[in-house]
This record gives sequence, C-alpha cells and structure tokens, in this order.
Amino acid sequence: MEPKTLFDKIWDAHIVKQVKDGPDVLYIDRHFIHEVTSPVAFLGLKNRGMKVYSPKNTIATPDHNVPTINQHLPIKEELSRVQVDALKANCAANGIELYGLDHKYHGIVHIIGPELGITQPGMTIVCGDSHTSTHGAFGSIAFGIGTSEVEMVFASQCILQPKPKKMRINVEGVLQKDVTAKDIALYFISQISTSGGTGHFIEFAGSAIRSLSMEGRMTLCNMSIECGARGGMIAPDETTFEYIHGREFAPKGADWDQKLAAWKQLKSDDNAVFDAEYNFKASDIEPMITYGTNPGMGIGVNGTIPTGQGLTGSDLITFTKSLEYMGLNPGDKIKGKKIDYVFIGSCTNGRIEDFRLFANFVKGKQKAESVTAWIVPGSKKVEQQIREEGIVEILEAAGFALRQPGCSACLAMNDDKVPEGKYAVSTSNRNFEGRQGPGARTMLASPLMVAAAAITGVVSDPRDI
Amino acid sequence: MAIEKFQKLVSSVVPLPIENVDTDQIIPARFLKAVERKGFGDNLFRDWRYKKDGSPNPDFVMNNARFSGKILVAGKNFGSGSSREHAAWAVYDAGFRVVVSSFFADIFKSNVLNNGLLPVQVSDQFLAEIFATVEADPKAQFEVDLIGQTIVNLKTNSTENFEINAYKKECLLNGYDDIDYLISLKAEIAAFKKA
Ligand code: SF4
Repeated sequence: MEPKTLFDKIWDAHIVKQVKDGPDVLYIDRHFIHEVTSPVAFLGLKNRGMKVYSPKNTIATPDHNVPTINQHLPIKEELSRVQVDALKANCAANGIELYGLDHKYHGIVHIIGPELGITQPGMTIVCGDSHTSTHGAFGSIAFGIGTSEVEMVFASQCILQPKPKKMRINVEGVLQKDVTAKDIALYFISQISTSGGTGHFIEFAGSAIRSLSMEGRMTLCNMSIECGARGGMIAPDETTFEYIHGREFAPKGADWDQKLAAWKQLKSDDNAVFDAEYNFKASDIEPMITYGTNPGMGIGVNGTIPTGQGLTGSDLITFTKSLEYMGLNPGDKIKGKKIDYVFIGSCTNGRIEDFRLFANFVKGKQKAESVTAWIVPGSKKVEQQIREEGIVEILEAAGFALRQPGCSACLAMNDDKVPEGKYAVSTSNRNFEGRQGPGARTMLASPLMVAAAAITGVVSDPRDI
Repeated sequence: MAIEKFQKLVSSVVPLPIENVDTDQIIPARFLKAVERKGFGDNLFRDWRYKKDGSPNPDFVMNNARFSGKILVAGKNFGSGSSREHAAWAVYDAGFRVVVSSFFADIFKSNVLNNGLLPVQVSDQFLAEIFATVEADPKAQFEVDLIGQTIVNLKTNSTENFEINAYKKECLLNGYDDIDYLISLKAEIAAFKKA
C-alpha cells in the first residue's frame, strides 16, 4: 500500500463523496459555533425551512464579544447583546446545547473543546473561526470556515472542500530555557513568512514537538494558520491520551479501550511524501517578540529590528508603513522599549499552563506602575483552576487582577481595547493594524515574555530577571 | 438561495495597490456584530476610507470620483487573516463582482466564491500593468470572462488566463449554491454516518 500521511488517513476516512473535477464532500465530526459567525448561517437555514442536521455534534458558546468583568449583569453594548441572545435563541430552536455565560463549561471555543474531552484524535473539526486549527494538537483535522460553510455543516454535517497540500515542519533537539511553544510558533512563521504555508496543511514533528505538553501543542497548532496554512496537526501519543483520559466527554470503559487502539494507529507512515518540508533546530530559537504588523515580523528578544535592507518596491513600502504604524525605528534594539499594556489570554495562551508560567514568574515581584494588565482566563474551568491552585493570590500580591473568560483583547470586540498609539505585549495571535483597538500597537510574545514586560514596564528577556 | 450568476463582465476598476491587505483592514472586527447579512459594504476598508470623525478620507481611492467599477484590484496577498466571511460580504455589498490580485489567502478565496464574487489571480507583472494602466487612465476598461477564464486589459490588449476549480466555475456560471448540492446528498450522508 502506498504510504500515507496522518492528514491523508483522517481526510480519506471522512470522504462521503468525491465531486468530479471538484472538492470532496467531507463528513464533519464536531462543529463548534460562537455568536459572531453563526447568526447569518442560522438565518440562511431558517430561510430554507430547515433545522440543524446533527445538533448533538454541534457545540455552542458565546466568547468573541462578551465582557470580561461583571458577566452576571446584562451585556451593556447593544449589538454584542443582540448576538449573544441570537445564539441562545438559535440553539434553543435547533436543540443545540449552549455553554452560555452562566454555564460552568463556558469559555473560548478552542479552549473548551479540548478541556472537556470533546476534541479527540482522528476527528474532523470545524468552526467559523480561523484558530480552529488549535484542535489539530490532538491529531485531528481542524480548520476554520466561513459563514456559508457553517450553513453547509448545519444543513448536512458535511462540507465541500478541496484537499489541501501537505507540509511537514520538523523541530529537532532541546529548547533553551524559557523558550516556549509560542516562541516556536513565532519563530517558524518568521522563517517561512505569513504566506509560506498557503494551500497546505501542516504536520509538526520532531523531538522538540514531542516534548511539548498538550497546552504547548495547542499554542503551536493555534498559530499554524498565521503562515497562511489551512491548519496544523501533531500525531497523538501518550501525552495526548493522558490529557484526554477522564475528561467529561472523553470515551469511557470499553469504548475508551477501543478508541485508544484506533488512535495509536494515527501517524504518518515512514515513507509518506509531503509536498513541502522544513527542518528547524530547537536550539536556534530564542524567546521571540514581534515588531511589526503581521505575525511573521518576529525577532529574538535580543535581536535588532530589521533595517529593511534588500527590500524593494512594494515590499519596502509595506515594511516602512508597518514600522511607522508601530512607531519603531529600523535597526533599533527591541529590548528596553517602553510598553503600556500587557494581555495574557486568548485561545493561543489562555490555558492553565500559561497562567502557571506567568504566576511563577511574577511571584514575589511587583507589576510596573505604568503598565495596565489584562489577565483573562480562556474558560470558566481555567478560572476555577487558577483559584484552586492559589494562583490568584500570587497574581493579586504582585498587583494583577483576574478577569472573567472570553476572547477579550485578542480582537477587542468587547471593551478591552488598547488605546491608540499605546504598546501592548500580548499572548494573542495577531498584531494586525487595529486588531487590539484602533491605532493599538501590538507585540506578540509568550506568557513569560509578557510577565517580564509587565514587571519591568519595558520589553525584557525573562532570562535576565 | 442561489448565488448571482457570473459569466462575463466589462468594467473599469478600483485600484488598491497595497500588499498584504488583511481581513481586519477589509472589515474591522468591531463591525462584525450584525445578525443579518446587510450593510457591510458601507464599512469596507472602514479605517482607511473614513477619518476618525466619520467623514470620508479624500485620500482613499474609494472616495476618489475618478475611480469606479465592479472590479477591485488589490496588491499581492489579499484577504489574509481571519476566516470572517464578512470580508467577502463587504466587498460584494460595496458593488464589486471581481477581485483581482496576484495572490489570495485561501479562506478568503473560498469565501468569495461562495458569495458570487470571482477571485482572479494574475501574475505580478500583469497586476503591475493594470495599476499602471489605471493610473494613466482611470476609465480604462477590463474584461473578465469566466467561460474562457481570461482577463483582458482592453487598453493594452494584454490578456492572461486565470485558474478556477471546475466545480466552482460551474456553480458560478449557473448560480448554483453549495448548500443545495449538499442537501441533495442526504441519503449518501446518512449512509456514511451509519457505516
Ligand atoms: S481568542 Fe482571539 S483568535 Fe481565539 S477565538 Fe477568540 S478572537 Fe479568535
């Protein structure tokens, strides 16, 4: 038999039909929905006189524009409230269980799927949100879709998709101290650019990837799309199985044994061929930070901002415009740059491990006076763990306050907006112009880098402190 | 629920010679709060198109009366970033039926196709020529023919072919909708689910 990649194995097992000269009809195991990209799809379905085909495989939560304080009160902003209410009404009308703001399972859609054991190896998973790639950390095919496609899945539990090409990114060796999965992500995107993965689905492999926790793997797969790829995935192993075992919706008893046996088969065959392949050395990766307005504009914390030398024409214009927006000078050191805001949270770094790292660093220190900090757990469960583990006391002693779960300053659809011209060191995934508020200047980094900046008030190397 | 049919279009273009225009620039997140699909066109390129006080920014091409048409021509790597279909709706609602660039982000491309908007990917050279032509003559006409898969710069007569998936082409030519197709597969989907 011809050797197959992990991606091929899962994809092929989900093909209902191949359209001649066209896309595949792919069966979807899990469909996550939230308040922003679902209402128009629900409306379309209703106009066709239909209801959701497989409500029990549809998981709903409002996350994108919910406030992160006083969640027990009605949402003040009218349009946000309308969307959250619409999600509630649409779920009720279609028999979909909703993990609303008052539910113990509430949180960011890509945080709750894995932590509840809903996300499992070998599945096809979609959501009207590009960071659906997060779920690929479990060895599933997970990708973001548009609202028309949300409607497709509502109507048929299937989606029409051409099969993407396959890429493998190998990271071998041992990571330096204080280098995290986020740094791997920012590093590889800086190497292959924000369009380097276009048309491809990535499999991450190699000893450095194997050594990552599930949280770390989720961070990496989450960011996989920022190089233009459709998604990223990691073959499941003991770390994966151990993480899933015992979670609310994980298989139990004999079902577990059976699923586990199948999951153990999920890996790329030895001679499987990838359309593209990259090899990186773990030891080359420094704690990273971005200086520009796309996630590919990242450098090691001790590096200098590129001068743009060698760029010509429109590339040069884009580069210059980006640095102008950021108010940074080519050739300057990034370390020591004064910052105003820090944000730890989002589906990239809003899991318990991220808060442990952050708390461990700030313990016994004090937040810089000049810094405003938003500490936003990814879900109710993460919030609860933060409280149970005594992390909240550590944070408060260091001058930080914990907020309530939601996407928050990741895309600033709620009140958590960075003011114009201000600098934010953020654990989120996008530093586009205006992403954290009109005129906001975002620097993407790991929770440790964010912690170091929060304490010193400037961009700092956590290893120096 | 069909989409608008597309076969051939002759029009002047609106040039946007900026590269890496991401979805946050096409439509900022704060305008995603609708529960219906309307009104997105007004907020297309919002932060470039309007000044902070809400008045039109005269420097932006869409506020320049010299340029008009149903074809938006943008710099390389258009539509990267989020999967929000609102970006496609905004471009469509603003009256465009074709978007030309030398490179499109994947999700954006499939989103526009699902909404009756044709993405035409051309070479960097052809793109540069379009920008030069329009700069010299804002009323220059271009022909986009889906059947023949060609785009013609009617000023210079240079022509280029573009790619489109055969299935998507069929849908757009006839105004078919993917969802109708999937619904027609009901029995096959049920059988797959059982197996
Ligand atoms: S945290 Fe940010 S990236 Fe993640 S789902 Fe929310 S808005 Fe999207």
